[in-house]
Amino acid sequence: MSLNNVEGEVVGGFILQPMPQPLLTPKDNEGWQSLRDSYKSVQAEIVRLDPDLIIIYSAKWASIIGHQMLSDPNPKWDIVDQDFHALGTMRYDLKMDKDFAENWRDASKARGLTARCVNYHGFPIDTGTVVNLQLINPDNRYPASVCSCNVYADRGETIVLGKSALDAVKASGKRVVAVAITSLSSRMWTQWIDPKDDAIHSPKDDDWNRKLLDILAEGRLEDVSQLARTFSREANGDNRMKAIWWLAAVMGQNNEYEGTVFDYKPVWGTGAALVGLIPNPGKSADLEYDEDDVERYKGDRGVLSGKK
Amino acid sequence: MNPKQNEPEATGSGAWKSLLDGYDSLRESISNKEFDVIVIHTPHWKTVVGHHLLGVESFQGLSVDPIFPNLFRYTYDLKIDVELSESIAEEAEARGLVTSIMRNPDFRVDYGTLTTCHLARPQWDTPLVVISSGRPYFYYNNDVGDREMLALGKATLAAIQKSGKKALVLASTSLSHRHFTDEPEDPEDPSFESIYNANQEAWDKRWLSLITKGKGEQLLAEMPDFIEQATSECKDGGMTWLLATLGVPNYPGVVHGYGSIIGTGNAIVEWTPGAER
Repeated sequence: MSLNNVEGEVVGGFILQPMPQPLLTPKDNEGWQSLRDSYKSVQAEIVRLDPDLIIIYSAKWASIIGHQMLSDPNPKWDIVDQDFHALGTMRYDLKMDKDFAENWRDASKARGLTARCVNYHGFPIDTGTVVNLQLINPDNRYPASVCSCNVYADRGETIVLGKSALDAVKASGKRVVAVAITSLSSRMWTQWIDPKDDAIHSPKDDDWNRKLLDILAEGRLEDVSQLARTFSREANGDNRMKAIWWLAAVMGQNNEYEGTVFDYKPVWGTGAALVGLIPNPGKSADLEYDEDDVERYKGDRGVLSGKK
Repeated sequence: MNPKQNEPEATGSGAWKSLLDGYDSLRESISNKEFDVIVIHTPHWKTVVGHHLLGVESFQGLSVDPIFPNLFRYTYDLKIDVELSESIAEEAEARGLVTSIMRNPDFRVDYGTLTTCHLARPQWDTPLVVISSGRPYFYYNNDVGDREMLALGKATLAAIQKSGKKALVLASTSLSHRHFTDEPEDPEDPSFESIYNANQEAWDKRWLSLITKGKGEQLLAEMPDFIEQATSECKDGGMTWLLATLGVPNYPGVVHGYGSIIGTGNAIVEWTPGAER
């Protein structure tokens, strides 16, 4: 609970693609231009929600020592994509909520997670975060808070991370938009293609992406979270769809949302979608699921011996 | 001693001393060797669309490790042998590989390149060729990955031979590669450091044994299993590339050091072509 006794809340969630083409070279492909145009609708929706803060989990920011929260209040640098360096340089000048990052870190530790803030001059913010903040929040109208994707984490740890984010949101008293930066299917072309020839890497990936988007359009985020392992196996899901697990957890693990698929197009073979989820209590029934609902993370040392 | 280019200060608690000592030994060993260029394959520049090589004459900047920013914030100033980079790319293309020359001057040089090159040759007086880590092991499987890296290694060797230059070739790679996901207050606290588990360590020791016996072919034969069973960073391709670039050594390598870093197994190994004769 915040000092003024108002509990913070997540007023909207978004699933946004991470690739740089819609920002850097939209004109090279109709689909990339379509995504670029659709980002304006996402931006307008966020403005309509009028949040105090945007919190982000980026599947493209890898970490090993637990999870890292960006706490530099004004990171400025430039980034060149590892693969698509010929498309140009992305310069950024962002506004971060340092206090929220520290509170999120503390809330994560309280749930047993390893977490730390990073505030270093020249820290390389990932392509996915830079692309999306430039497209949905170009004037830094809203401060942001960004968290990494631990390469070893599985569902349990990531769900706990989402819950810790919700703990921090509630304590902040703020109206928050949560953003999961992730591709759906993430199989890229491994050779140079003419951008005009871009397509989803395989019909199977495309089928699964559309299946997922159908469910999201019905607002059934928790169903998608429960389906994430299968989706990842069948459709090369981006980083095992950890971003979806996180988003479902921070948004309360239910299916009570109004879903909007703003766009879905291929970007270099990947399934690039822009999806919005606005809470709408009572919209659909709670179901019973197979996956565990973990409250606290217990670490990975001494797992076999039982020691901690 | 803390490198002047790196902003964080080492505590000197000693967790990684066996590897520092190994690098001391390596530097002494190569101090009387002449080479015109250092060719390095790095696991921390990851590229999906084939294999990329740096193609700008020089780079200056600050490289902050996105994974361990508390340990590595390094100011660099280095030169690239663009001609040799382009020649390797041409040789690789001729062998059916997809390549790209990275010509954006704003590109930030990765921490794998900087760490390995600094520890092997801290003078920064030799031009580099830097090769990215393609993803064939991850996108297809270990056998496909090895085939690509053998081809890339042969392409590298052919280009070096055509250039008439003497090259020091470096593979920046751990052996076993499972990290701890937490760390102590002092990351250099040796009481916290060990190989992640006994399986990883057993594989590392087998690997070092094959190296010191000069079993290059056997290393390649076992590479897919090693990668899989020891979650080895050789999956990023550096080790197979190095063996191929060396012509698959059937002579012993010298192990200058071995130790763990945050649970991963790391060795400092040197092969010297011609030393067997």
